Parts: sequence; C-alpha cells; structure tokens
Amino acid sequence: MAGSFGARLYNGELSFDFIGKRKRWYALSGVLMLVSIVVLSLQGLHLGIEFKGGASFSVKKVGVSIAAATEAVKSTGLSSEPVVQLIGTDKVRVQTGILKPGQSAAIQDALAAKFGVVANDVDYQLIGPSWGAEITKKALYGLIGFLIVVVLYLALAFEPKMAIAAIIAVIHDVFITVGIYALVGFEVTPATVIGFLTILGYSLYDTVVVFDKVRENTRTIAGGSRMTYSQAANLAVNQTLVRSFNTSLIALLPVGSILFVGAGLLGAGTLKDLSLALFIGLATGTYSSIFIATPILAALREREPAMKALAKRVGQRSSKESVEVTAGSSDGAPAATRGPRNQPKRKKSRR
Amino acid sequence: MATPTSSRPSRALLILFVLTIALGATAFIQGAKSVRLGLDLRGGTSVTLVPRVAAADKQNKLTAESIDQAVGIIRQRVNSLGVAESEVTAVGSGTNRQIVISVPGDTGRRIVELVGQTAELRFRQVLLEGTPGVSVVDTATAATGELTEALKAQYAAYDCTKKENLQGGGGDDPNAALVSCDRTGTVKYLLAPAKVVGADVSTASSVLDQQGGGGWMVSLNFNGDGTTKFGELTSRVVSLTQPQNQVAIVLDGLVISAPRIISAITAGNAQITGNFTQTDSADLANVLKYGALPLAFDQGEVQQISPTLGADQLHAGLLAGFIGLILVLIYSLLYYRGLGIVTVGSLAVAGALTMLMFLVLGKGIGFTLTLAGIAGAIVSIGITADSFIVFFERLRDEVRDGRSLRSAVESGWVRARRTIIVADSVSIIASVLLYFFAVGGVKGFAFTLGLTTLIDLVVVFLFTKPLLTLLARTKFFGGGHPLSGLSPARLGSKRAITTIAEEA
Repeated sequence: MAGSFGARLYNGELSFDFIGKRKRWYALSGVLMLVSIVVLSLQGLHLGIEFKGGASFSVKKVGVSIAAATEAVKSTGLSSEPVVQLIGTDKVRVQTGILKPGQSAAIQDALAAKFGVVANDVDYQLIGPSWGAEITKKALYGLIGFLIVVVLYLALAFEPKMAIAAIIAVIHDVFITVGIYALVGFEVTPATVIGFLTILGYSLYDTVVVFDKVRENTRTIAGGSRMTYSQAANLAVNQTLVRSFNTSLIALLPVGSILFVGAGLLGAGTLKDLSLALFIGLATGTYSSIFIATPILAALREREPAMKALAKRVGQRSSKESVEVTAGSSDGAPAATRGPRNQPKRKKSRR
Repeated sequence: MATPTSSRPSRALLILFVLTIALGATAFIQGAKSVRLGLDLRGGTSVTLVPRVAAADKQNKLTAESIDQAVGIIRQRVNSLGVAESEVTAVGSGTNRQIVISVPGDTGRRIVELVGQTAELRFRQVLLEGTPGVSVVDTATAATGELTEALKAQYAAYDCTKKENLQGGGGDDPNAALVSCDRTGTVKYLLAPAKVVGADVSTASSVLDQQGGGGWMVSLNFNGDGTTKFGELTSRVVSLTQPQNQVAIVLDGLVISAPRIISAITAGNAQITGNFTQTDSADLANVLKYGALPLAFDQGEVQQISPTLGADQLHAGLLAGFIGLILVLIYSLLYYRGLGIVTVGSLAVAGALTMLMFLVLGKGIGFTLTLAGIAGAIVSIGITADSFIVFFERLRDEVRDGRSLRSAVESGWVRARRTIIVADSVSIIASVLLYFFAVGGVKGFAFTLGLTTLIDLVVVFLFTKPLLTLLARTKFFGGGHPLSGLSPARLGSKRAITTIAEEA
C-alpha cells in the first residue's frame, strides 16, 4: 500500500541511505558524464537544418514515396543529395542544404507537380546560414543568465550552499541529456533547445522541494547531538521521496502524452522535439535532486566547523549509548525531526 | 511555529470568483470570441529578415532608424497584398535587429518574393539580342564602343535555357555591362552599363493599358535627376539600329521588357509592359514605388505552413493536452482518492483562467497561441498538479504527526506555501529569461509557461487551499473516510496507531 509506504518513509521506519552511499552515485554520474563528454566530442550532436542552414519541404498526400520525392527534387538540378524521409504513411519530408534564391520555389513546384497538389500545400521552411549561430548564441545567453539569476535567488531564498548544490545538479542534468542526444543521434532543433532550457527550471523544482525539507530538518540540529547534518538531510530525502516520485510522475504524464501524440501523429516537429528533451531531462532531473544535489549539499555543509563538531558529538553519543543504536535509529529519527521544533535554541542554527 | 492562521476560505473563493467574472467581462467587452492562433496552427507564411551588414559597418549602418525605415517599406509592400492581420515587426535590439513578417493564410510564396526582393531596378541599353541557347560568337556586329570582343564571347557562352540563370537575385554592378535573360528564358541579351537606376524613379503605378492589347502595365514617373538621365539615354539610342535602339528594364538582374525607343522620352515618364496579369503589375509597381530597402537583408528563416498542416498541428496539440490531462486526473484520483477531486476542480479552474487570459491577452496585447505555446500549456498541467501534490503530501505528513485534518490544513499550508512559492518562482524566472533571450517559437512557449505558472499560484492560493479548508469541515474528509485520501489510519498517523493499539 502506497500510503503506508509513504508513512514508513516519513517516520523513518523505512529509510534508504542516499547520502551515506553518495560515492556510488557520484561514480555512476561521473561515468555517465564522462561518457557524455566522450560521445559528444567524438560524434557530436545531430543538428537540424535550423542550426546548419538549409531547407525543409513536406507534402502530405496519400501515395507519397521517397523515390518519387527524391526524383522530383533532383529534377530541379539540385547539386547536393537531399535527405528524404517518410513520416507516417502519407507524408514525405525533404531536407536540403542551403539553397540559392529561387531554388526553393523550383523544388516546391516540382514536388507539387509530382504529387498532384498545389504549390501552396507544400509546406516549407528555409533557414539562412547565419541563423543557427544566432539562435545558438541566444540559447547560450539564456542558459548563462538563468544559472546566474537562479543561483542568486536560491542563495537568498535558501542558503548559498544549497544554490551551489542545486546548480551542480542542473549542470549534471544538462550534460547527461545532451550526452543521450549525442549517443542516440536524436535531431537537435530549436524546439529541443527550448526543452533543454525548460529542464533547468523543472529539475530545480524537484530540488527545491527536497531542499525545503532538508532545511526544515536541519534548522535546529546544530545545537543538539541527535543526528548529523547528513543524517538529517537523508531523512528529508526519504520523507520527500513519495512527493518527488509523484511530482515527477505527474510532470512526466503530460510530457509523455505530447511525445506520444507528437511522434505518432505529426511525426517530426516541434511537439516531438520539445517533449523528447523534456522527457529525458525530467527523468535525469528527478534522479539528480535525490542522488546528486542533496549528497553534494550534505558534503558541503559537513565541512563547516559547526557541523564537524556536531558529527563528533553525535558519534560520541551513539558510541556511548550502545552499539545497537543502528537498529533503533529508525525510531530516533522522527523524534529528532519533531523534537527540535520545540527547542528554544533555534537562533543558533542560523550561524 | 505553524500557528493556524485564521483563514477565511469563503473570502478567498469570492475574490477568485470576482476575478474570473472580471476577466470574462473584459473578454466579452473586447469581443474576444476565440483565441488568436499562431501561423503554425492556422497556416501562413513567416519570414525573418536578418540585415546583411559587414561587421565593421554594424554600428554606423544598422541603426534603429534604418530598421524602422525598412520595416515601413516592407509593411507597405505586405499591406499591398491586402491580407488581414499581416504583421511586420522589428525584433531584437542593438546591432541584433531583425524583421519578422507574418502573413496568415494561403498567400504562398508571393509574400516571400515580395519582401525578399532587393528591387534593384536598372535601365540598360541593349547591345545584342538573340536566341536563349549557347550561340557562336557574333562576327557580323563590329566591336565598337561598349561592345567589346570579350563581352561578345561572354554573351555567346551564356545559356538562358539553364534554370539557374533565370533566378535573378540582383547584385549586378550598374557600372558594368551585363549578360542576362528575359524572365521566361526565351531571349538572351547583352546589356550596356545602367544609365538610370531605381532611385531615379519617383512613383510607379499599375494601370490598364488602354491603347495596347488591353493588358496590365506599370506606369513610371522619374524624379528631376531621373528625367534628365532617362531623356539623355533615350535621345542617344533612338537613332541607333535594332537591337541597340532598345532599352531593357532590368529588375534584379532579369530583363522584364526591352521596348524599342521610338522617340526620345524627356517628359519623365515611362511604361513597362510585358504580358502582366493585374497581380503581377501591381506587385511590380509596389516594389518600384517603395523602392530599394535602406539595408540589404538575408532571409534568416522562412516558414510556410499550409492551413491543412496548421489544422493538423492544432488538432495534435489539443489531443496531446487532452490525453495528458486525463492521465494526470486518473493518477490523482487513484493515488489521492478524495483529494484527487480537489485536483480535478483546481485544474478546471486553472484551465478556465488560462483560457480567459488567452482571450483577453489576444485582444489586449496581440498574444497568439502557437504550437510551442500549446506545449508550454500542457507542460504546465504537470507543474500545476505538482503544487497540489506538494500541498497534499505536506497535509498527509501533518496528519501523520497526529494533527486533526482541520489544523493539518492550516499548518501544512503554511509550510507547503513556501515550497510552492520558491518552486514556482524558479519556473517564472526560467520563463522570463527564456522569453527575453529567445527567438520566435521559444517566446511563445516561455510566455505560456510563465503565464500558467502565475495562474497556478492564483489557483493554489485562492481555490485549492480555501476549498480544502472547507472540505476539512465535512464529515467525509474531516472524519478521515478511507476514500478521502486523508484517513489517519491509512496514512499511519501516530494518533491512529495509538488508538488502534489501545483497542487491541
């Protein structure tokens, strides 16, 4: 039963050790990022015509075929080899390199004549050679601007170290998503870039939910000796696990349906490109807020003198009490979360 | 800590009600009946023009003034097509300006040709005229004056039956001779340097040729300078032998017509004839009248979407939204049971508000819904539902801590509120930045995402929370019915566990 599962996580009866085993997750992510970088540098991304410049034509008519489309396009005297794809059963898409003025009209006419439609029913898109550089530049500006503003915002709303941990997790997500794109060879279009940029916001949403709980759990621990920062943070991750899972799943459902409809009904296009990037990014985003962001935050905070002292006190206490505490610690945890709320020492923890 | 604030749920609901009515009334007064759809959803052509300026000249040449001037000229050209809701706007700032032209409907490539034309008009004397194919070097005509042997060879080698030689494109040097073809590729010309150019033309209009065959033609008037130059040109060639007594009218490197000059034209007007249809002549007159643009432009992006594809995309977008919504609703009902109904209601309110905002903004600030925008709205279903989950899970945590539902709603809200505000702020920051940095379709996505996130905040504060406060007073929810999704026993509340233990 999900409800009781959630309750056991909340009470600390059931606890996954995310933070203690962080080296394992770091290693996994490190390997994934390394693979991403290697694939990216060897193979690069499969960029759409929006980035390279070129033209794309599409005709929807029952009975279209790749061979006929290729023939029609070649009859216009196009020197380079066109890329022709069948989308669904009744739509054909032709992509070419950069065209000379007038050539696009010729291709449009040839395709229209070949498939017996009027020229205006041949949809097309023409991209100038400098256009891709322009949108890439803007996307990069957007990315950098976003990272700076969000670090500042989170530093103010939470604390600077949380901002750092959150941003590391976001960069991790972008790397892995881009890596998957390079590896699988999915086409990257401006819609994909929108997807990437949206992931940033989304991945942070998850991280924010977890960090909010971490902050609540750790607000008052500095004065006590019940649990270390890492333990309190780990409890927070466990307590928000159901929430993280539900928010991610609910976010994935609409994105999945866009992907399904976009890829199934329309074939290539804005919807598919956007939702694919979101889908991959959301999945990595959920992973990183639990396995990367919180452990990094814990590692950063544990280096503070106050937290080191706390860890020392907790260590002494547990060895003093008994060795069996490990078994009983599950009961201690929820008590610790609620207990400090009533303690008068709250001001101290801010320092 | 978490002192239950005295909440007045009915007041919040009333505010929301008034807000919705106000939005609805605004939409009604504006007469907004349907959401304005972008070109990718209803079909149309959009062209983005990027100024072609050498990097060194950017500061000097690429001024707001020159862009505005170009926008003005292009707008006149576009408006001459008479398509309602055509738009020509300058986007970007500094040296990064672009012009975006969007024309809805099935205008086809006329619009692309019209705005793309550099409209380089030249009047050139004909030196040689002949059949379109490759020919032998003409030895009958002596090489005199401007007609050099080199030019004759160049003329002979030129092939007007080849398609690439019939595309025009301009860029011809007015001070050099030119080998060119007529637009249909049936005649080949060798033309002298241009003596009169487009800038010498003051006005142009499309008129019906009353005396000739009754076809359409373009009537030109020259300015003072142009009148003198055109007069000189015609007086000089009028006495020469065929074909050198012809003056070719060359637009963008192709000969439109090459009339024989019967008498010197010194009055400053001329007609261009050439088997034009009414549309052709009107378009040509517009191009000539509104003249060359102050800047040269490259077509950064051209997109033509037929109404059929537009309808398909709209259909797909709506279908995706519908499926996504249903999935989210099913999941919420299965997982949160009674609380799921709160999700359903909240999403319905959010949906209604979003729709109203689309209507009002469509009329108010010309907001158009694009495919990317629809995607943004669908994605936001998830974000909106996420904020309910954050609240519900908090609520359940409070119930687990042994609170009664009535106090859990209040204390859970105080904490969930913070999380929701911070998380939504991040979303809003992301969309604002996306909006300002992005081009084209991305803007539409960012706008809807930002708008729906704001609506999410409104709904959570003014609907979801007050509704839960009210529901907590009911027996079904407050009493912790197993199907309410808030049953203390199911959630493993401390209190419930103790009660059960005592009973046992």
